[in-house]
Amino acid sequence: MIDDDRIEEAAYQIMCKAAIDIPDDYLQGIKGMIDLETGDLSAFVLKSMVDNWEAATEDRRPMCADTGLPRYYVKVGDKARLTEGFVALERALRAATARATHEVPLRPNRVHPLWRTEHNNNVGLNAPEVEWSFEPDVDWIDITTVHKGGLFGSDYRMLFPGDGINGIKRFFLDTLIAFGKRGLACQPAIVGVGVGGSKDTCMQLGKQAACLRVVGDPNPDPKIAELEAELKELGNNIGMGPMGFVGSSMVVDCHIEAGFTHTGGMPVSVHTFCLSSRRATARIHADGSIEYRTDPRWFTPYMRRETIGWEAPQPASSSFA
Amino acid sequence: MGSSTTGLKQFRLKLPATAEDIARLEPGMIVYLDGIVYTAREGAYKRVLEDGVALPDGLTELSNANFHCSPAAAPDTDGSYRVGGVTATASFRFSKWMPQWLERTGTKIVIGKGGMARDDYVNILVPHGAVYLTTVGYGTGALLGRGIRAVHAVHWLEELGIAQAMWMFKVENFGPFIVDSDLQGNSLFATHGDRVNQRLEALYEGLRPPALHRYGETDDRRKEVM
Ligand code: SF4
Repeated sequence: MIDDDRIEEAAYQIMCKAAIDIPDDYLQGIKGMIDLETGDLSAFVLKSMVDNWEAATEDRRPMCADTGLPRYYVKVGDKARLTEGFVALERALRAATARATHEVPLRPNRVHPLWRTEHNNNVGLNAPEVEWSFEPDVDWIDITTVHKGGLFGSDYRMLFPGDGINGIKRFFLDTLIAFGKRGLACQPAIVGVGVGGSKDTCMQLGKQAACLRVVGDPNPDPKIAELEAELKELGNNIGMGPMGFVGSSMVVDCHIEAGFTHTGGMPVSVHTFCLSSRRATARIHADGSIEYRTDPRWFTPYMRRETIGWEAPQPASSSFA
Repeated sequence: MGSSTTGLKQFRLKLPATAEDIARLEPGMIVYLDGIVYTAREGAYKRVLEDGVALPDGLTELSNANFHCSPAAAPDTDGSYRVGGVTATASFRFSKWMPQWLERTGTKIVIGKGGMARDDYVNILVPHGAVYLTTVGYGTGALLGRGIRAVHAVHWLEELGIAQAMWMFKVENFGPFIVDSDLQGNSLFATHGDRVNQRLEALYEGLRPPALHRYGETDDRRKEVM
């Protein structure tokens, strides 16, 4: 049985960790880019970012003063049991958001879209978002928070089968160039691409691909993984680096997620997870103990299933979650 | 300052900045500031330029550097303020107020995110002997937060709120910033944008436009969306 005070504690801790500590996979990705970067200004920007993340961790202050939009992804084990239920779980996530906003402190970013009124705690109408998924055969709950920034850097377009892979490449370039100029997207970024689904699924898959998969984690479908590598190279060949300066550091990694779509269409979305790639995950075990990590492990084989039912995968992939 | 290896020129600038020091700034130079920096954005601009409220006494003598930002600040129990981090906001939206603001305040250094349009430098900043510094990254909130030593004063906090109030920060080794525009109106963003644009045609070779078009969209990739 998992108590809701354990959930609040876990959610509060990941709110703080996400805001302050840059995930190691992203940090190593940026460090690797510094070595390859030939533009001197672009290299300077990347080095300054590394200094900034060190300062944030040392001082325990947020890495970026713009909080972005904190939100949650919850994966519930099929065998997990809650003392209070799911309404209490959602309340605990909202309470943790408000507490972290006051205590870190984080800039209260969330306002009503029309009246611009706010509660000064990053909680409000439809905020923070909570997305749910499930995992067979386990009794833990994973909670991930993502503080995605950026008013800029995401786009959606309905393409058609005739537009082909080249159509995806062109739209990918359009999005990176439009929002990369002057660094509006705060690149280099983990770029997520959603392909297929309906419009909302397409956006959701692309966003989750950017925010919930770590640098160096290819799609298990080898042909998709190949396209990921190709798009990454294409982005880094634009000739643009951080802040839109001449350079080669645009895409730290590219992640694609696909979903079955309308037979006539090929919707595509592109999302950039910025220089403050803030994510943190807590696993709450049945005995109430909590483990923290920076890899959300969101896209399990079960998430990517194509069949009606679910059969336990071969041993090699069952260790995934 | 940890970046001498990059070969970029660095400059530690004392505020209020003298005309000689400003003349030394070149696009692409790295700058750190010491002295007093003030924040002002649409709230303060409207208050002074549209509602006719007087500027705080002695502003010009105290600081000639206007930072486009909103701090993450919280009042402490002793009446002082705690500033966690600062991240600049995009400056291009403020150009309509800049001519009069520079005139009235004698501001010579504008600091923000992303620079302003090339024409704005030539038509607005250059005639007032002003230059533009951009923040780096742009997510260096923690580094910039470190450079703020104290809140020297805050004006119009009640009327405008934390985000829009005029904050005067006492800063030390505050940065890094990169010089975007100089006294001649040369712009680093513009020249780098031009160089990136030169490669675009080759990049798109063989990638046909999609079957379905969108209204109002530009096909000229040399353009900016801002
Ligand atoms: S896009 Fe990211 S790095 Fe840039 S200001 Fe927003 S949160 Fe900060």
